[in-house]
Amino acid sequence: MSLVEVKGLTKKFGKYKALDNVHMEINEGEIYGFIGPNGAGKSTTIRILLGMLKATSGEVKIFGNDAWEDAVEIHKYLAYVPGEANLWPNLTGGEVIDIFLKMRGNGSKNKRDELIERFNLDPTKKCRAYSKGNRQKIALISAFASDAQLYILDEPTSGLDPLMERTFQECVLEVKNEGKSVLLSSHILSEVEKLCDTISIIREGKVIETGTLNEMRHLTRTNLHVQTKQPLPSIQHMKGVHHVDNHSDGVSIQIDSEELGTIIKFISDFGILKLESTPPTLEDLFLRHYENSNSVASTGGRGI
Amino acid sequence: MNVQMLKGTSQLIKIISRQHRFQIIAWLMGIVFVSLAVASSYQSVYQNESDKQGFALTMQNPAMVAMLGPGYEADEYLLTIGTQFAHEMLLFTLLAIAIMNILLVGSSTRTDEETGRTEVLRSLPIGRLSYLAASIIVVGCVNLIIALITGIGLHLLNIEGNTLESSILYGAILGLGGFVFAAITSLFAQITDSSRGTKGLAFGTLVIAYFIRAVGDVVDEKISFFSPLGWLLRTDVFINNYWWPIVISSIFSIVLIIITFYLNSIRDLNSGFLPTRKGRTNASSMIKSILGLVYHLQRIKIIAWGIGIFALGAAFGAVMGDMEKYFSDNEFVQMMLAQMGDFSITDQFISMLMGIMSLISVIPVIMTILKLKSEENHYRTEHFYSRAISRNRVLGSFTVLAIIESIIYLMLLALGLWLAANTMMENPISFATIMQSALVYLPAMFFMIGVTVFLVGFAPKFTSVIWLYFAFCYVAVYVGGLLNFPEWIMYLSAFELIPKVPGEEVDIQSLFLLLVLFIVFLFIGFKGYNKRDIAG
Repeated sequence: MSLVEVKGLTKKFGKYKALDNVHMEINEGEIYGFIGPNGAGKSTTIRILLGMLKATSGEVKIFGNDAWEDAVEIHKYLAYVPGEANLWPNLTGGEVIDIFLKMRGNGSKNKRDELIERFNLDPTKKCRAYSKGNRQKIALISAFASDAQLYILDEPTSGLDPLMERTFQECVLEVKNEGKSVLLSSHILSEVEKLCDTISIIREGKVIETGTLNEMRHLTRTNLHVQTKQPLPSIQHMKGVHHVDNHSDGVSIQIDSEELGTIIKFISDFGILKLESTPPTLEDLFLRHYENSNSVASTGGRGI
Repeated sequence: MNVQMLKGTSQLIKIISRQHRFQIIAWLMGIVFVSLAVASSYQSVYQNESDKQGFALTMQNPAMVAMLGPGYEADEYLLTIGTQFAHEMLLFTLLAIAIMNILLVGSSTRTDEETGRTEVLRSLPIGRLSYLAASIIVVGCVNLIIALITGIGLHLLNIEGNTLESSILYGAILGLGGFVFAAITSLFAQITDSSRGTKGLAFGTLVIAYFIRAVGDVVDEKISFFSPLGWLLRTDVFINNYWWPIVISSIFSIVLIIITFYLNSIRDLNSGFLPTRKGRTNASSMIKSILGLVYHLQRIKIIAWGIGIFALGAAFGAVMGDMEKYFSDNEFVQMMLAQMGDFSITDQFISMLMGIMSLISVIPVIMTILKLKSEENHYRTEHFYSRAISRNRVLGSFTVLAIIESIIYLMLLALGLWLAANTMMENPISFATIMQSALVYLPAMFFMIGVTVFLVGFAPKFTSVIWLYFAFCYVAVYVGGLLNFPEWIMYLSAFELIPKVPGEEVDIQSLFLLLVLFIVFLFIGFKGYNKRDIAG
């Protein structure tokens, strides 16, 4: 069953088209990764899902209800972590977490205290005195202490130290194990790679790629590192071969996945001493999308 | 001082003045325009001797002295119109210019530090004291310009009996008065660690300075010397033109600024000298409700204004006893009063006072609604709307709080006035009369709430329009009569539609009209707020 269903979503700010015909479907128990460069439209999409911005056209449904019309009803079962937690400077962290839990209407005191412990937060400090990472913890604690079906996390780990990032990942996996769904928008590709079942890449308001990491990998290149008895002849010209690098201990080649068989067959004639194959990382996939589109890149910027 | 500490100041001056240029121009034009317009209007207002004598009598009564400062000898009002102008305008213009300085200095010191702008600049090859120096130089120049334009402008108006020296002195009082408060604010910006604290303490100082002066001017002049406003009103401008208050103010501000620079040079960025306390681990049940939270976020402002309004009411109530005595001892006034019909001079004083005080009391009420906009600008409403809270509930909570506030402020005002008047007067006024004369302004307050909600909901980019409208209402009530505004322009101000009680019949129609407009604006505001995009 799909918890989130977005069909043909378009959002315009004046003449500027921030989102163009976006589709998205998040199923129960699924962690959905949402990646794209700054200004691609991730946060706009999320704000529409939250019913804070009104879609110009298209259908946006969460739990089968309209995200704009039934926002309040939907939010009883939805937890959100913004990328930048702007909190009330004169309230303490503990107070803010309590207020947030009360606003959702559910959530447990024990869970709250346990998470404060796990994230190592001092709840007695005023929010103005917290660092960015600590403010982020407050948003994370209030989200994970509440009893939600869907978690929308918009770059939730910005400012967290590696230890806390691990705690965060544990929390995400825990809620997944309870059969809940997560929408994770992130720039930390290793995090997305580790956690997400489905990944969607957005650029300049358009979703340009959706699928599981494996499906995406299938469409792309594999990295090979080979060492042979006889030196390899120039294979640059062969179909499906990219980026040949000669090292002292062998050759690194990038190969289109569908040509992998042919090329291995060719190389094996030269007496393979060592063969290492690494799947492309999400970063490789991501960068490739942007290298390809350099010529058309404009407003979105190319930063990761 | 090491020159390196001030490196880059000239560039920062450009940045700071560019950042605040619209604000600076608006304040500058407002203060200069109102001063000069009122000064030129005096020539036509009080023409003959008996008018001037009447003015002198009114101005010398203790209530007026408490409100506007000490006046001149009765015959000095006859020498030049400048004296009338100075007595009526100087203190309130000083207040306006002090507020301008507090806001400008507050935001170009602590606010910039709080938002991290100072940090970015400090990482550049820029001296430790440069930012503070630049912001003080900018406000110093603004004050200097106001002083010069006002001074020269007054001289060019060619008011009879007015010399170049007096005009320049009048301008200098404004400029230095402003600068004293710039210095005070910059000092507080070092001591506290937030822009809220800085502006709060500075405004608090301004209010206390006003009170000390009010008490001193009525009771004993020596007390007034503890307040900067007290010195600044003792130049006897347009008559004797004493320059010593200007000298004292200059020395005072320079000393404060030296202390400020010293504190700034020894403190860490983003910290102050007041200790921060440990807070609560859990939220109280009060702030877990939306209305409770909305109140909690603004409680310091609400309580401070509540105390201030109560105290202002009490201050004016206290002088009413003196006023009664003053008038009963004076045969001339007795004669004049006889011609004025059923209502006594105290009644008239009360209704005039309520007109001004209700306008002052609406400031925090408007701020309460605008807080919602500022929450949105700071990406904090997303905490409501990403949770199970409807927009009506949030906007409703802000509106309800503003309505409660408006009622409480007017009641505090009436209560303060009545309590103090009751102890001081031989023939006290009834509580009901005072309460009625205050609460009759509720429809106007509600109307302002309605317009503000309308702007926040329907035209969020133009919320500051409410302050323009407020400024218009203020000008209308304060100098509208002097400047001979036509009647229809006066009636554009909601506060002019309110009958002056006691003294006028209660006009149900205009009160009803305001209430209907309030509801209409509220309705459109809520509708708009539910339909529009929320930025954050």
